[in-house]
Amino acid sequence: MHKLFIRSFVSSLVFLFTLTVAAVAKDVKAAFVYIGPTGDHGWTYQHDVGRKAVEAAGFKTTYVEGVPESADAERVLRQLANSGHDVIFTTSFGYMNPTNKVAKEFPNVKFEHATGYKREHPNVATYAARFYEGRAILGTIAGSMTKSNVIGYVASFPIPEVIRGINSFTLAAQKVNPNIKTKIVWAFTWYDPGKEAEAAKALIDQGADIIAQHTDSTAIVQIAEKAGVYAFGQASDMDKFAPKAVLTSVENNWGPYYVERVKAVANGTWSQKDTWHGIGDGMVVISDLDPSIPSNVRSKVKKLQADLASGKVHAFTGPIYDQKGNLMVAEGKTADDGMLAGMMTYVKGVEGDIPK
Amino acid sequence: MIIDINFVGLIIASIMASAVPLILASCGELITERSGVLNLGVEGMMIIGAISGFALMTVTGSLIIAVFGAMLAGVLISTIFAFLTQTLITNHVATGLALTIFGIGISAMIGKNFVGIPGKEFPVLFESLKDTIPLLSPILFGHSIVFYFAFALPFITSYFLKKTKIGLIVRAVGDSPESASNQGINVKLVRYACILYGGAMCGLAGAYLSMIYTPQWIENMTGGRGWIALALVVFSTWNPIKILIGAMIFGGLTIIQFHMQAIGVRIPVQFLTALPYVVTIIVLVVISRDSRKIRLSTPSSLGKSFYKDN
Repeated sequence: MHKLFIRSFVSSLVFLFTLTVAAVAKDVKAAFVYIGPTGDHGWTYQHDVGRKAVEAAGFKTTYVEGVPESADAERVLRQLANSGHDVIFTTSFGYMNPTNKVAKEFPNVKFEHATGYKREHPNVATYAARFYEGRAILGTIAGSMTKSNVIGYVASFPIPEVIRGINSFTLAAQKVNPNIKTKIVWAFTWYDPGKEAEAAKALIDQGADIIAQHTDSTAIVQIAEKAGVYAFGQASDMDKFAPKAVLTSVENNWGPYYVERVKAVANGTWSQKDTWHGIGDGMVVISDLDPSIPSNVRSKVKKLQADLASGKVHAFTGPIYDQKGNLMVAEGKTADDGMLAGMMTYVKGVEGDIPK
Repeated sequence: MIIDINFVGLIIASIMASAVPLILASCGELITERSGVLNLGVEGMMIIGAISGFALMTVTGSLIIAVFGAMLAGVLISTIFAFLTQTLITNHVATGLALTIFGIGISAMIGKNFVGIPGKEFPVLFESLKDTIPLLSPILFGHSIVFYFAFALPFITSYFLKKTKIGLIVRAVGDSPESASNQGINVKLVRYACILYGGAMCGLAGAYLSMIYTPQWIENMTGGRGWIALALVVFSTWNPIKILIGAMIFGGLTIIQFHMQAIGVRIPVQFLTALPYVVTIIVLVVISRDSRKIRLSTPSSLGKSFYKDN
């Protein structure tokens, strides 16, 4: 309850600010709506890095952080649309319905919704990143570098985005090392450094010598550094938090897309579309590989990265079996985007059940 | 699976490490509550301690300044609470809640420039003895000074309340401020001191999180531990030793449920996640069910404002 209260309080303060700032200028103005604080050093932080790129390209931007995915979101959107913003980016899945609802009321304002699939009005576009491509790279490194053949994975919530990541990671790791097992621990949080650290410790104590994460804080890589095992950074380059442990990071890079779309609004060329970009378009970026990765693994990774980028290789190429041995994707086929978007079953080699 | 004895030691050590912030904050709040003041601002004071400790460590580079600075920050923010509730006689509950909201907000504001900076390594004691005794070594050695202090604190607190004159005064003020006042005790002064002490301990608990446990700053990093600390005080029926037990059970179940997940025990994860909260409450209720003892240890004037007509 208190969190909600603070969030709405903060958002209303930001509004007042927005209103006063927004009323003056005439150029194209972009607004960003964030689910978390820009200080999370994860999801929202990276979107804000993207916003700064838009600013650097010469456009005016405003943002509202900590907006709950509720009726509050609608109010925020309406206010932003009313106060002269030409394009509004809504950066969380839960803003899907509010975005479409408000878009109907403001046909002259463009709306860009991240990670959703509803485009009910011509002024709503959607965009997301193929993070699973990045996770295939991580899986390749993990499968090559593990000695215990046990890889730990700290997961957040059982949603397709996370399951898809676990599967892509495991499939890639199995390709280079058929004996590996992926142990999943669900932390049921996006960021709580204490909890994430405890989850990582448990996995390390259980014999995992590489830890992957789908939560946002840097606690896990720090624990890995202390315990002398390897880890991967999430959302941003986490190397400086654990120089020895972090093998590489998957970075969310929204800047180029944001700049392109705001420019399109300025030139009058903006049109509705659904964007799902991966490594090839630079929305998913692999940080520098750690020097401890041997050259044969390095070349394997570079090749996969190039092939994923060019589309020569798909991270979900058959034959893929689920945990019970049922065929999910036939040999020679690849999973289509519909299957990826709704993926809620583990592939073979992942241990445990998906929490229901 | 063969259970290695050192493995058990490691798990116990990580349970103890996770219990440290709860013990510190609860023992601090316990003294505050024993003097009759209900301060719901624990979470806010902790987060202020967390950002102050981390910021001072980054800016000054000195861990000592950072740790004491975090405690001082806890004292400063609790002074606001003390002034409002004791001098201006505001409502404890409302003021405490406001303190938490204030703390979270202001820490986020100060913290803007400290996101994404790695923390410093905090020195540990007796590291060389870490492999000497099976099972006990990982539990006893190789921890930070704050860790040892936290595990001594419940005993010090218990001794202080039961055996010292000042402890008796604190309890008297909490049980019956009117009679204490008639005995010539300055109720306001005692309560001020207890609130400030609680602030210092919460500040230290926050600093432990941002400097030692997970050395980094991100917004809201206390993650509700202040509320758990508050609940521990109540469910332990204001008994510091039971706080220690409660904090260990809570930390223990949080960690063991992760182990159970990793082993692949087929229990619904949501149930495992809820387990620490449920079991801690049940155990504390069961071990504290002696109603006579509860009456003795519950500060009867808890949360009631006291003012003297002159």
